[in-house]
Amino acid sequence: MGLTIWQSMQQKGYSRRDFIQFCTAAATVAGLEHSAVGQVVNAFEKKEKPAVIWMHFQECTCCSESFIRASHPVVLDVLLDVLSLNYTETLMAASGAQAEKSLQDTIKNNKGKYIVLVEGAVPTKDDGVYCMIGGKTAESILQEVSKDAAAIIAWGSCASNGCIQAAKPNPTGATPIHKLVDKPVINVPGCPPIADVMMAVVTHILALGQMPQLDNQGRPKEFYGRRVHDTCYRRAYYDAGLFVEAWDDENARKGYCLYKMGCRGPVTYNACSVVKWNEGTSYPIQSGHGCIGCSEEGFWDNGPFYRHLPKFPGFGIESTADTIGTLVGIATVAGVAAHAVVTNVRKKSVIADVHTEDMKES
Amino acid sequence: MSTTLQPARPTMKKPVDYYRIYVWELPVRLYHGINAVAMILLCVTGYLIGEPHRVFYAAEAYQLYWFGIVRFIHFVSAFIWTFNFAFRIYWGFVGNRYASWRNYFPITKQQRHDIWNVLTTDVLQFRVKNDEIDIGHNSLAAFTYFITFLFFLAQVVTGFALYSSMSTSALPSMFNWIVPIMGGEAVVRFWHHLFMWFFVVFMIVHIYLAFYHDYIEGRGTISSIVGGWKFHREDDDNK
Repeated sequence: MGLTIWQSMQQKGYSRRDFIQFCTAAATVAGLEHSAVGQVVNAFEKKEKPAVIWMHFQECTCCSESFIRASHPVVLDVLLDVLSLNYTETLMAASGAQAEKSLQDTIKNNKGKYIVLVEGAVPTKDDGVYCMIGGKTAESILQEVSKDAAAIIAWGSCASNGCIQAAKPNPTGATPIHKLVDKPVINVPGCPPIADVMMAVVTHILALGQMPQLDNQGRPKEFYGRRVHDTCYRRAYYDAGLFVEAWDDENARKGYCLYKMGCRGPVTYNACSVVKWNEGTSYPIQSGHGCIGCSEEGFWDNGPFYRHLPKFPGFGIESTADTIGTLVGIATVAGVAAHAVVTNVRKKSVIADVHTEDMKES
Repeated sequence: MSTTLQPARPTMKKPVDYYRIYVWELPVRLYHGINAVAMILLCVTGYLIGEPHRVFYAAEAYQLYWFGIVRFIHFVSAFIWTFNFAFRIYWGFVGNRYASWRNYFPITKQQRHDIWNVLTTDVLQFRVKNDEIDIGHNSLAAFTYFITFLFFLAQVVTGFALYSSMSTSALPSMFNWIVPIMGGEAVVRFWHHLFMWFFVVFMIVHIYLAFYHDYIEGRGTISSIVGGWKFHREDDDNK
């Protein structure tokens, strides 16, 4: 406690050269330009190791799994060293009362300086009994840790928009973090979010001591500013109107656009098609499967995943807006045709009147 | 009196006087024409964007841009349609009495009476003869247009909200706040697509009813939207 990042690296035997390399890597990961490296070096020389509390609520830990697979091991190693990860249910050695004490100590000793990372949604129904840790509800724990936090990051779709817990009918009243705390929250949605994006957001806060620029849904603009579609390598096939029609057709083999197979790329804001996954190996569309829009709010309820248009509520899974619309259109044509027939029968006298009005003496 | 102008058949009733009224001013007719063309283009291209049909097979992307063109037509039509509509709202305040905004809301007792009248004689045909044929819009039609305007508005808002992600220009950006409120772009897209069917149904009914009134009343309903003139029976004014 109390050491700067540079001091703690010196203690571990890293050279000044290693340190500058790390700073450069950190700046790159955070999406900063080269001239900002000096700023990062400056910050890491003077700033104390920030204390971090990583909370787990209603989640599956896929965000943590993703995080520890970040593709820049140097950055990750040092960051995990650099961060003073004082409390995380999944990875910490302490348990029971000791773990609780560690949490309390961190809050007490780092008032206004520690970073809270939240993984998972918080249930609010029935006084929050659906997620309790150490006899306390997730909601009360969240309020406790967020009160004096310097920054709050919502990891993954659960914490950002509720994800599957909040899918209809949302039995536990799962609520995203930003609706429960009155501080600005950085949303990093995705199920899970891309490891390198998670790294970058943390690095940005560490390096610059400020929040990255956020969009109107609280997501960092540098990674969620564009749709998967906008930078997709299959985009040219979309503009050309060349689509995969079935999973096993020639078009699929040729790598045409998956739009008609329900790809959510055009409505999903994420960096998948740029950063990619697993050390930049691939991303869903490159592997031949459409995007399911896992970083978008309510993506579970906008199914089915393999259709471009969502199903029409109340008419079963096969009905889209177009089937309903076509039926209504046909019914309308039939309706006006019937009306035309009835008019000729009912209004015979009126029509006859019009026809006898035609000549006037002048 | 020329002998060549004998009536084809003897007139059964007292001859009737009609006079000509300039109902739809040129801006109104232009609005109607532009609106009709833009709306058809929007519906066709919008349907194709939601449900693209296979046109080419085993081609290469660098040779083609047809889906891009479909989308381009959609976006251009949308801008024209929006400004055309904005102009029509303006004309509702400066145009003649048949173009006035007042027609579109059933505010007066007379308008509500007229709605009932059209409903019973023209739509449901309980009554056979309509003695009070309107010169401009009938009040039921006008009220239906008001509902159409609400759908116009919904399409403008959802459409520009969707478009804002591909544009940095001012007009679409004004609507990007609607996306999180509606729960993501997939949801906005769904409603935008669904509302299209309202316009398809509207066009069927609207065109049919225009022909219906022309046929039943014989007062130039169809030609009036081209030339602006309608005919009115003199003795109707006394009723």
